[in-house]
Amino acid sequence: MTLARLFAALFLFCCLAAASSAARADPLDDTLGLFLDDKFPQTEKAIGQLAISGAPTGTQILEALADNRLFIDKASKTIVFKNAAGDIFSAKTGEKAANIDEGALKKVRVNNGLRSAIDAAIGSMTLASPDPAKRVAGADAVFKSHDPKDLPAVDAALAKEKDQHAAQALRQARAAILVLSADAPEADRLAAVGLLKERGDQDAQGLLDELSQKAGEGPLKAAALAGLASIKSRLALWDIVQNLWYGLSASSVLLLAAIGLAITFGVMGVINMAHGEMVMLGAYSTFIVQSLLPPAFAQWSLAVAIPLAFVIAGCMGILIERLVIRYLYGRPLETLLATWGVSLVLQQLVRTIFGANNRQVVAPTFMSGSIEVGGLSITTGRLWIIVLAIAVFTALQLVLRATSFGLRMRAVTQNRRMAAAMGISTGRIDMLAFGLGSGIAGIAGVALSQIDNVSPNLGQGYIIDSFMVVVLGGVGNLWGTLLGALTLGVANKLLEPFVGAVLGKIILLVFIILFIQKRPRGLFALKGRAVET
Amino acid sequence: MSFSRRFMLRAAGALVGGAVALGAFAAKAEDTIKIGILHSLSGTMAISETTLKDVMLMLIDEQNKKGGVLGKKLEAVVVDPASNWPLFAEKARELIAKDKVSVVFGCWTSVSRKSVLPVFQELDSILFYPVQYEGEESQRNVFYTGAAPNQQAIPAVDYLMSADGGSVKRWVLEGTDYVYPRTTNKILAAYLKSKGVADEDVLVNYTPFGFSDWQTEVTKIKAFGSAGKKTAVVSTINGDANVPFYKELGNQGIKATDIPVVAFSVGEEELAGLDTKPLVGHLAAWNYFMSIDTPENKAWIEKWHAFTKNPKRTFNDPMEAHVIGFNMWVKAVEKAGSFEPDKVIDAMIGVSTENLTGGLSTMMPNHHITKPVYIGEIQADGQLNTVWQTPGTVVAQEWSPYLEGSRDLIADWRKPLSCGNLNVKTGKCGG
Repeated sequence: MTLARLFAALFLFCCLAAASSAARADPLDDTLGLFLDDKFPQTEKAIGQLAISGAPTGTQILEALADNRLFIDKASKTIVFKNAAGDIFSAKTGEKAANIDEGALKKVRVNNGLRSAIDAAIGSMTLASPDPAKRVAGADAVFKSHDPKDLPAVDAALAKEKDQHAAQALRQARAAILVLSADAPEADRLAAVGLLKERGDQDAQGLLDELSQKAGEGPLKAAALAGLASIKSRLALWDIVQNLWYGLSASSVLLLAAIGLAITFGVMGVINMAHGEMVMLGAYSTFIVQSLLPPAFAQWSLAVAIPLAFVIAGCMGILIERLVIRYLYGRPLETLLATWGVSLVLQQLVRTIFGANNRQVVAPTFMSGSIEVGGLSITTGRLWIIVLAIAVFTALQLVLRATSFGLRMRAVTQNRRMAAAMGISTGRIDMLAFGLGSGIAGIAGVALSQIDNVSPNLGQGYIIDSFMVVVLGGVGNLWGTLLGALTLGVANKLLEPFVGAVLGKIILLVFIILFIQKRPRGLFALKGRAVET
Repeated sequence: MSFSRRFMLRAAGALVGGAVALGAFAAKAEDTIKIGILHSLSGTMAISETTLKDVMLMLIDEQNKKGGVLGKKLEAVVVDPASNWPLFAEKARELIAKDKVSVVFGCWTSVSRKSVLPVFQELDSILFYPVQYEGEESQRNVFYTGAAPNQQAIPAVDYLMSADGGSVKRWVLEGTDYVYPRTTNKILAAYLKSKGVADEDVLVNYTPFGFSDWQTEVTKIKAFGSAGKKTAVVSTINGDANVPFYKELGNQGIKATDIPVVAFSVGEEELAGLDTKPLVGHLAAWNYFMSIDTPENKAWIEKWHAFTKNPKRTFNDPMEAHVIGFNMWVKAVEKAGSFEPDKVIDAMIGVSTENLTGGLSTMMPNHHITKPVYIGEIQADGQLNTVWQTPGTVVAQEWSPYLEGSRDLIADWRKPLSCGNLNVKTGKCGG
């Protein structure tokens, strides 16, 4: 009995000793212990320790923390992380953790301050990564945080760097640190100012601005101010290009929304107030496609949504034409009121089916983010919308110029009675033209779902702008619509930086009123006898 | 454009108003007490207001299960003002004069509230208004259960100025062009000035309702933010314009760690329509978050999901305000022993009830309630995670001390003062 007790005590002692020596031997345990508190200052301390610990799981832990995938297992008081698939790993060993109760997991909280610290820590840890692209990303993160304690790591990485691109990024990161550290030699800091001036973007501008405010009078301040002036004048030039690009992008949205209207309004003279709702139906088709498609095909959702939106909105258009508009030809006021009523019915219908809330439409990865071209930042989503607008415009021109349906449609546009006399079934052409116009509005909806709300009110925001484009461009001419959209889009975006969005819109409206006074038929007027009637 | 939208809304109201003849409920027996629900179920505001109607229906249902109030069952009268401001006044009149409701819960926008005010004064009824607003108002017939600017905007700015919030030195005040953002921004600009922020470090910018092409504005914010000082955006952007704004922020790569955006009109409901992954870390200031971890909140959300039969339905700040407002009304009625609006209005002041975040909210003499303030960061799952909160509840300043003209005003509806705009310098009621 005493012997057994002695053995038990001995065993316990050994266990304790082993545990405590393990704790002493592995600083990672202390670091992970800080996470257990789940308090911001402790977590920040832990991030700093992880960055210099060289622990093999360090990057994984930090990435998990940034993505909210780091958890405290309350049952065993240990830190675990999940991968993207949801498998649980031990933070200490990096091995798969078994027997974890999901209910006992509690997220380690982060805030913006911690997120910056994580970015900086991951940046400095990836400076030695074998992948040059990762090294560049790491150097960029250090550039952003420009924390003096990363300087040795940057210097070490720079010494062995062979990749030209990565070396440039590292030099800039080094410059960002040096330029603001008061105890660095002045010559180094002046060289750093030169490097930043060469970089010449907004981040460099921010650093030089900070330096010019902090530095005392002397060559450093003068250099900073000179660098600042050179960056500013360079960015001012790019600003103009940027605004033109925004104008082009706004034009493409206007063109997509208005071009369907140009057909219905142009061919049949029908003022279709429900045109915006066709756009809205297109946007909801995108939502339906995305919720039905398996996640593996998410990248292709828009490719599926475009034809589907065309069919849904086109069929709805034909339905409206057959049920309502057909009986109202030649009575513009009644058509306007009736189609407006239809638009309200459609809105409430969608609200009843899908709910009043916005629906979430996800952008495929190739359509999110932006690319930098010099000082110009091009958002890829907008770029694709411009491509789509050009494609739709070209396709429509082809249909009008090269198909027999297009020929008949143009004949009806130019002289309805003569066309009927030649044996064209104008009623059928009306129906198909209305379907075509509505279908294209549906395609516009797919594009708009990427940049705007998918809500029952989506169409209302575009109907007035579409009418403005068509009226400005001239009824019945697609080139006119194109030019109208370009004029309005670019003028709006060039005005906006100077007068603001509210006044810009007012100025454009006044301009259109004056223009229509001068040229009632818009930029491209149809000519011929039939037009006068 | 604004003309035609108003034109559209008006006609929409006329159409829908005719159709929604829900006054038909009125034929029931006399021993029920009617409660008016005045929230838009169609039109642009339906996105925010529809769900408030559901909350009210649930509250009334619950109260009836507990046996009603003063032994009488409650009955909801739902009308649809269709996001049309003049129609709000008409529908309010219909509720009070025709349906004889004892109390009305309703309105979202300040315009709709202003449009119904004269009706409530004339017919002497009670309105509970659940949305955060610009302040500068206190009416005898209205109980404001949403936040005044000092219960939302000013604590948010304080947080951003603190070391935890990133010691922000430069400010963009971005808003939709109407009364709430303009007044709030005026208060904030005055507040920032009083904190020593220079004029060139504040950029105020407005955009129209439903604005969707944010490219230029976001570029402007980016340029303003690269002047070597930590910059933040204070957003009073309303409703639908938020989604394209956040999408553009994400696309142009502005992360919350670079330029954080704190919003006063973006809650769980609005985030539900967004892919929130690029927005993680941007902030919202409210008096309630669905994610707040208290037993009261957990139990409430379970009930809410059971009532709506949808385990994913969100619950947000104005909805909590209706819960508080309704419970206060029930307590005041029991205290007064009557449903008479006059007696209930007097009994309301001083009534306290539990809010869903584990504290007590009290109706103050200025007809506003005390509320805790929470700052939350947007998470990848669309929820808001609290990063900062006031130690206790905050009393509303309905008249802002930072604005010329309202500095000396107070509201106190206790007898014998009974005044919504008493000038403490002149001692006169009436501003």
